[in-house]
Order: sequence, then C-alpha cells, then structure tokens
Amino acid sequence: MSLSNRLVNLDRRYIFFVILIVIIIPYIRPLGLPIRVSREAEGFFSAIEKVPAGGTVLLAADYDPGSMPELQPMTLAALDLCFRRNVKVVGFCLWPAGPPLLNRALSQVAPRYGKEYGVDYVNLGFKEGQEAVMVRVGSALPEVFPADYNGTPVSTLPIMQDVENFSSVHLLISISAGYPGTKEWVQQVGQRFQNANREMLPIVSGCTAVSAPEYYAYVNAGQLDGLLGGLAGAAEIEKLAGVTGTATRGMDGQSLAHLIIIAFIVLGNLLYFLGGRRKK
Amino acid sequence: MLRREFPLAITCVVGLFMVIGLFVPERHFTAGRTEVESWAIIIRAFAAVLGVANIGRISYLRISRREHEWVYHVPLLIGLVGMIVLGVGGSLGSAPLFGIAEGTFFNDLYMNVYVPMQGTMFALLAFFIASAAFRAFRVRSFEAGLLALAALLVMLGRVPIGAEIWDQLPLISDWIMNIPNNAAKRAILIGAALGAIATGLKVILGLERNYLGGE
Repeated sequence: MSLSNRLVNLDRRYIFFVILIVIIIPYIRPLGLPIRVSREAEGFFSAIEKVPAGGTVLLAADYDPGSMPELQPMTLAALDLCFRRNVKVVGFCLWPAGPPLLNRALSQVAPRYGKEYGVDYVNLGFKEGQEAVMVRVGSALPEVFPADYNGTPVSTLPIMQDVENFSSVHLLISISAGYPGTKEWVQQVGQRFQNANREMLPIVSGCTAVSAPEYYAYVNAGQLDGLLGGLAGAAEIEKLAGVTGTATRGMDGQSLAHLIIIAFIVLGNLLYFLGGRRKK
Repeated sequence: MLRREFPLAITCVVGLFMVIGLFVPERHFTAGRTEVESWAIIIRAFAAVLGVANIGRISYLRISRREHEWVYHVPLLIGLVGMIVLGVGGSLGSAPLFGIAEGTFFNDLYMNVYVPMQGTMFALLAFFIASAAFRAFRVRSFEAGLLALAALLVMLGRVPIGAEIWDQLPLISDWIMNIPNNAAKRAILIGAALGAIATGLKVILGLERNYLGGE
C-alpha cells in the first residue's frame, strides 16, 4: 500500500491523538500569543462602561454546562467589569441548567469587590416560558420572578426595591448558547422597551462561536451594541477587563487546533486530488 | 365539531388580540396582553412538567418490558427522580441534603457529575471535527472551493496565531464576517421573518391546522 493510500485510510484515533497533543501543550507551555480586540468586543466593553455607577444591568445567563468553556469566561469578565464600577447585577436564566453556573460566577467575582448578595447582585434563577418571559420582564420583573434562586421573596431584597422592569435598568447583557437567547432578546425586547435613561434598552451579547455569524447582522443594524463570539470573544473581553482567565489561556490551544484542522483539510484534499489524478 | 372549531376560535381570538395589543397602546389592550403573556408562561411551565412525566412514563415502560437498551433508562430514572427529590424536597429536610443552593448535595452532583459529563460530550466535537476535516471536507466544485477558502481565512483570522502569520488575516476575517456573511444572514433572517408572519397569519385565520394534531 502506498503512503498516500495509507494516509487516506489513517485510523482516526491518530487524528484524535494529534488534536489532544496540540491542545494540551499550550496549557503546559503557554505561547503567549497577543490577543487582538475586535470592534464588536469593544462595543460590549463600552456598553458596560457607559452604565453609571450605582446603575443596574440585567444579566441573562442563557446557557448550560455544554457551552460553559466558551461562555462562563464572558460572564465572569462582564461581572468583573460591572462590580468594579459599582454597577448592580440582576441575573436570571431561561435555560434550566443555567442557574448554578450563574451562582458560581457570582460567588467567584463578587467577593473580590466586597459585593453583598441581595444588595449588589442577585440570582433570580430559572423561569420557564422563553419569549413570554422576556416580554413579561419588560412589564413587571418581580411578578415573573417573585422569589430568587434560593426561594427568598424578591420583595425582601434591597437590590429589587428599585427594579420594576426594563425602565429600571441600564443595559441587558445576554450570554447565550442558543434558543432562547440573544436572537429572541433582540426580536422580543430590542427597540421596544426603554431603559432607565429613557433610551431604547441597549443589548450586548456573548454567544457561542457557532451562533456569532448570525448576530453580526444585529450588530451592524445597531440592534446589538456589542458582540463576543466564542472563546476568542471571551479572550477579548478578558483582555479589555484586564483579567487573565481560562479564555485567554485557551486561545493558544485553539490557535494550534485551528492550524492543525486547516492542515488536515489541505492534506485531505491533496490526497483526494492525487488519488483522482492517479485513477484518471 | 367542537374539537376542531373551538381551538381554532381560541387561536384566532388570542392571536388577533396579541397582534392588535402590540400596535394599539390602549391600556385595556396592554393589560389584557400582559395577562395573556402570564398565561403563556404558566402553560409553558405545565408543558415542562408534562415532558418530565412523559420521560418518566416511557422509561418505566421500557424497563418493565425489558425493551431494547432498557438498561440505560435505569440511571436516567434514578437521576431524574433523585435530582427532583434533592432539589425540591425542601420539606423533607434541610441543606446540605436538600435544596439547590451552593454546598448542597444537589449542587455538588450538578457541578461534579453533570457539568463534566456535558462538557465531555461537547469536547468530543473538536476531535470529530478534526477527523471530518481530514476525511470529508473535499473541494469538489468551485462553490466548495469558495467555502473552503472563506473557512480557512476565518479560522486563521479569528485566532491570535493568524495575526502572527500575516497581520492582514484578522482584517480579511472581519470583512468576510461583516460583508458577505452579513448579506447572506440578513437575507435568511428577512426570509424567515416573512415566513413567520405568513405562518402566523395562516394559524390565526385557521388555514394552518397542523398544530391541532394529525386530524
């Protein structure tokens, strides 16, 4: 059997092994590749920067553990940016498996800035209802979430005393892994509700890499003020926030993995054309 | 007749009410619309409960009849019932055994079993993508060549190593995402939105009846 035939019929476990190696090596020996910040990530950062100190943001953590490596670093960086500017965070989830991840992110970042649960931030947990919940939050958030994730009535939480609906907050941060997520927030809420500044409620999104291409249309139309796409987007916001998290560390591995996948595509096609030419 | 016409009438009235309520900022319409939205949330919650009950019923039947691959339904049922009891069984006891807060048994199972398992499932994707890239991504036509070229440029331009190879790669990647990608996505979005409006009208007018079941 010729070398090209052997390569065409290569056991896929060798390919898996190569991927494993190129992902692991940068974790052991980081390459320290510089991270470039995109216009969309700058928009995300600026939208949070524009929220006045003491203001409130809604954080919709619409994802589950499957998307955690891409999206949790975005949540952490967004919380970091909010808390350091004394911006209050009201978090909730439209994905049933989301609340514990939001809880973990809040309990990871809040102590760094001495923030207190119920005063500076709250996790309202999960609510079934998808788009209906999004729209209802616009009219009466405490009616949709009468209690927080731990079952504490929101009427007893100081942070919720001034939060009635979208007109009580300054920004909506949607960290989204799919449906329901950013697309539905833009369609149901964007350009429809006013925020605390009597402007149309600004929305920024952090999403998985696979959904990012769809949301560029919303960024260019001004319906999203900023966009973070995948691990690269997470690394960009970490850079802007001045934190080195798992996304920044993961970008070296992702860089090498992309290079290897490109090499596989080129090699696979080379062998395909060589094989075809030989047949002719 | 009631089985067909009554649901159609409800759909028509509620659908028209919701559409009019969106465009007519009159307080009765707004209040009514808000009320209907609350009903929607409650109905969706019942649907979730129904889904859980259905999974439980199907799993129980498969196990009791020893159907094909019944054994996988045993951990499914144990996980389903166990997590529900631990999560909502607050009246049975207090934390750390019951409840969903950090430090509870429920949260530990979630973080130490569910999170790694789901993470593992999705991480496998990277390996299969690499394998598929080698075996299946063939440039058989001009269009496939364009797709491959765009994919390679975006893949390189989106990661830091792309700029190290050639500093123009990120700009090219941005251009592909913002211009050709955007044009195609906008066309799809507008087409889908027009389709949704047409389907909505057909449902409200009773022309589209598939949602009633296969009658």
